[in-house]
Amino acid sequence: MNLFNLFGKKSFPHGIHPDTYKEQTQAKITRRLPFADEIIVPLAQSIGRPAKAIVFRGQHVVRGEIIAEADGFMSVPIHAPVNGTIKAVDIASTAKGGKQPAIIITTSLNSGQQIPDSGEHCDYLQMSREELVKAVQNTGLVGLGGAAFPTHVKMAIPPDRTIHTVLVNGCECEPFLTTDHRVMLEQIDNLLLGIRIAMRTVAATKAIIGIEDNKLNVLAAIKLYLPDDGTITIEAVETKYPQGAEKMLAYSLLGIEIPSGGLPSEVGLAIFNVATLAELGALLPVKQGLIERVITITGDGVKKPGNYLAPIGTPVRFLLEYAEFIGAEAELILGGPMMGMPARSLDVPITKGTGALLVLDKRATKGDDILPCIKCTQCLQACPINLNPSELGLLAAKRQYDIMEEQYHLNDCFECGCCSYVCPSNIPLVQYFRIAKTLNRERHLQNS
Amino acid sequence: MAKHDLKIDIRTSPYIRKAPTVAQIMRNVVYALLPLVIYSVYHFGISALALILVTTLSCILTEHFFCTMSGKKSTILDASAVISGLLLAMTLPPGFPLWMGAVAGFTAIAMGKTLFGGLGFNIFNPALVGRAFVQAAFPVSITTWTPALAVDRFSEFIPSTLALPFMHPLPTAEWSARVAIDGFTGATPLALMKFQGIMTNSYDLFMGNIAGSTGETSTLLILVCGAYLIFKKMLDWRIPAAVIFGTAVSAELFYLLDPLKYPTPAFMLLSGGLMFAAMFMASDMVASPVTPLGIFIFGCLVGFLTVIIRLFGGLTEAVMYAILFGNAATPIIETYTQPRIYGARKKNQDKS
Repeated sequence: MNLFNLFGKKSFPHGIHPDTYKEQTQAKITRRLPFADEIIVPLAQSIGRPAKAIVFRGQHVVRGEIIAEADGFMSVPIHAPVNGTIKAVDIASTAKGGKQPAIIITTSLNSGQQIPDSGEHCDYLQMSREELVKAVQNTGLVGLGGAAFPTHVKMAIPPDRTIHTVLVNGCECEPFLTTDHRVMLEQIDNLLLGIRIAMRTVAATKAIIGIEDNKLNVLAAIKLYLPDDGTITIEAVETKYPQGAEKMLAYSLLGIEIPSGGLPSEVGLAIFNVATLAELGALLPVKQGLIERVITITGDGVKKPGNYLAPIGTPVRFLLEYAEFIGAEAELILGGPMMGMPARSLDVPITKGTGALLVLDKRATKGDDILPCIKCTQCLQACPINLNPSELGLLAAKRQYDIMEEQYHLNDCFECGCCSYVCPSNIPLVQYFRIAKTLNRERHLQNS
Repeated sequence: MAKHDLKIDIRTSPYIRKAPTVAQIMRNVVYALLPLVIYSVYHFGISALALILVTTLSCILTEHFFCTMSGKKSTILDASAVISGLLLAMTLPPGFPLWMGAVAGFTAIAMGKTLFGGLGFNIFNPALVGRAFVQAAFPVSITTWTPALAVDRFSEFIPSTLALPFMHPLPTAEWSARVAIDGFTGATPLALMKFQGIMTNSYDLFMGNIAGSTGETSTLLILVCGAYLIFKKMLDWRIPAAVIFGTAVSAELFYLLDPLKYPTPAFMLLSGGLMFAAMFMASDMVASPVTPLGIFIFGCLVGFLTVIIRLFGGLTEAVMYAILFGNAATPIIETYTQPRIYGARKKNQDKS
């Protein structure tokens, strides 16, 4: 039972209340970006196997055409974001760090925004669940909320599980980000269609859209379009980080805990990000693929912050120049300030999972010295999973990574960053945990 | 395209942070202790002031000395040594010889803190380590209390204060008898209870119109100062609450058994250093548990031990040993009170 819900707002225990910084962009209508001269499309943009390139150097490609095929079930195809010529199928810098295989396309000067209509359409109501999963895979959709988990894999529910509710995650709890906010206001039709497709694919009879209560204009707007039969509802939850984590949202809305190490389907839930479902509603009926996404470019390092519809593969440099970058020194973050990744160079492209480009002109955090843990318990009171980050941090310092995993539930940490956010000693706890997880994974691989 | 030459700063997330620094927390604890310091000086005069200055300086210098010795950056600026010094002075009798105060300060930091690796690594509350040391070393001086509000307290030192190192402090009994104003004797309420069976009334205890250690006499002031820190979220209210709860329940138990023989829970709570210890000593972040259940158990344990030692031990001051014992038990308490995580599965996969 979720006791929080008895006292007003729907919420979860712990978490933090960072400043939202959303005012800069939340009221800005999404604008389409022009094409960059060169588009870099990494083959590995999602969790699972990278796609297999099926184009060759010099080949002309048309916007929307498949340029890389899915390699098995845990993989999604990639479509050409622009009209152009394949410059190379090579390796290129990516946000994940290091160079990764990528298709590099030189944009044609006459590349237009139109996507050639194949004339094929599909009616999701006439399709079986298996056909729907296949059709979703063909769209190349992955979770647009940041995790980039292939959407069709989420929708392929094992036969022994039934889904009672689809949760539609519109929380957008990361500070600065406003893409989901804009999508929910601007693409309500697509969103509702996407929700219906998702409900049919996972055979759920109910869907709940969860949004944080700092977006009540969205709530009011969407309510007008909801069906009368009550199958799709929208609910406000407390504005608190990390409300948008699926574990937190499931608890806030329904009081259900997703079991440790398990999937939401284990407790009858399927959880999707709003932008993902809006794209699904836009793409699946016309058999198109994901070639662009809404991205928030913001921070005090750009003159023209806003929400932009950007082709996948647009280099960060292009975005920065378009948004009129100021200053010569910055922190460049792909994603939000709590869980985003640093861009290592200006030539890294945005991928399907990139929801924001954050340009912080000066350091938002001071580079204080790291002091010993004083056991103030702030991290324990911030951790939404109720871990003991203090003890985990001490163990990490002693390199006892195995104990962290076996006795202190290291693998339940989803790296939300709350513990680092509140630590008076400035201990980079999350970074310690990432290192520990990586080393544990390597150790397990060696042992197996 | 390369119009801008951009220097990118690469770090890992999270990129925003909002937390007081350790030094800010420690400074706020010092601020919270200042009213108690001022009250104790008002209460006991220049002897108390001298004692506070000596223990605090002793703690700071000791910390600085050991940092220099070990080639580390001096950590005195984080103000944690100041806290130890102030806390220590607050627990000593006002007429405590100054040189003994210096020894206590040195021991607190040397044995209680730097020996374990400095701030964050101490197993025991350093101030209590210092006090425990002098309790064992100078049993007479540490149990010699002098009357509060003596007439000449701002111009005259308590005779024992200025004792020379390794010399016998001057006896204070005669002086006490001379300066005592009506109703005040040097005996603390706990000593009165234990050895003479006299109960001090709760109102006097609450307001602080009693003899006792330098800073522990006014419960009211202690609560106000603690409330400031709790409001600033720099003190975990759960620890004092649990200690008070543990004490009250244990005392109530004995009181119910024999109301004539055992004191009331209110007396237990308001007398001696209990309130001060609950608020500022037991709540030492480093030496107390971090887990929610652990905090509760720790507090109850401290409260329970305080009552037991007070009622059945040979000492009047029990809370110090109770807390030191609680500190020692902290690692084992934590081991068995790890929080239940979100989505925990019932009894499985714990292969360890």
